[in-house]
Amino acid sequence: MGNVPEFSRNDRREKPGLSPVLMVSVWRGAAEGAFQSFEVPRQPSQTVLDVVTYIQRNLDATLSYRFACRVGMCGSCAMTVNGTARWTCRTHVDKVVVDGDLRLGPLENLPVVKDLVADMRPFFDKWAAAQGQFKGAKTRQEDFTRVDPRSTARREADAAIECIGCGVCYASCDVVAWNPEYLGPAALNRAWTLVKDVRDAGQASRLVAVAGDAGCHSCHTHMSCTELCPKGLSPTRSIAGLKRATMKLALSMEEP
Amino acid sequence: MSARREATLWLAQRGTAMILAACVVVHLATIIFAVRGGLTAAEILERTRGSVAWGAFYSVFVIASAVHGAIGLRTVAAEWLGFRGDAAEVTVTFIGFALTVLGLRAVVAVVGG
Repeated sequence: MGNVPEFSRNDRREKPGLSPVLMVSVWRGAAEGAFQSFEVPRQPSQTVLDVVTYIQRNLDATLSYRFACRVGMCGSCAMTVNGTARWTCRTHVDKVVVDGDLRLGPLENLPVVKDLVADMRPFFDKWAAAQGQFKGAKTRQEDFTRVDPRSTARREADAAIECIGCGVCYASCDVVAWNPEYLGPAALNRAWTLVKDVRDAGQASRLVAVAGDAGCHSCHTHMSCTELCPKGLSPTRSIAGLKRATMKLALSMEEP
Repeated sequence: MSARREATLWLAQRGTAMILAACVVVHLATIIFAVRGGLTAAEILERTRGSVAWGAFYSVFVIASAVHGAIGLRTVAAEWLGFRGDAAEVTVTFIGFALTVLGLRAVVAVVGG
């Protein structure tokens, strides 16, 4: 097998550089609660989600957490890992462990349902508040709109469109922490993809919805969202686009 | 309308930031130039007294600072103190005017007379 490392079930614990157990402290409770410690066997290529699943299946079946796809598509498994919001299914323990310790909590800036499960309702309510719904102007009797994928507007929308709604950006945003009304990076990013959608007919009211004290103008460009977005998106860039778009609207319109 | 107000204030904040960037560069360069061989009130007043150019420059500087500072304080008050709404608007507007008056008074003092 040459230099290809082999990991049979028996030799995993003996691999050099791999401490045999992880010390994992996990938030238990809701708003009130405490961290509970678990010892979890270390595995090669182990993800943080693997660790949580091991605890729930082998150590404490009452642990609550959320996941679905396990492959970075659904956006449901985000948690706070050693102080930083991350998607846990694609976060390898190797990359985030500190001296053999993992500290897992629910996402910040959201109410806690139980243990590692955050209540995502405020997060998605803000997508609605930012008018994140597509508003078409055509009927089914009309022909499709032809959109050139190379057009500037479409490329700008495409750059922001792969959001999976995991909430990592929202949990990492300082402005959300300071102003609970702030719509947050994901909702504003979604609004921007629609502002750049030439088919959408709800632009003026959307731009009014994303301006204001709770909107794009509150962004401080700290870029935590952009740094931590697991999909590599830049909500900061989208929000900057919204600032320009709302400014143009404010300068042009008579009365909204 | 809140959205238009926010957009306008954002534009004012960015616009005054650009003006301030230029003003600060001129201001710092002037300081470095002026302190060669010591600095005296007489020397400063000799440069500024009756100078329309310096009067205009510092007036722009003062107004841009007052606008920029007041908008910035509005955000600080909202985010750090939770101080929002009409009372906050009135307070920061007053601070902006106060900074303008005090600053222009200083400009008149060094340019006029």
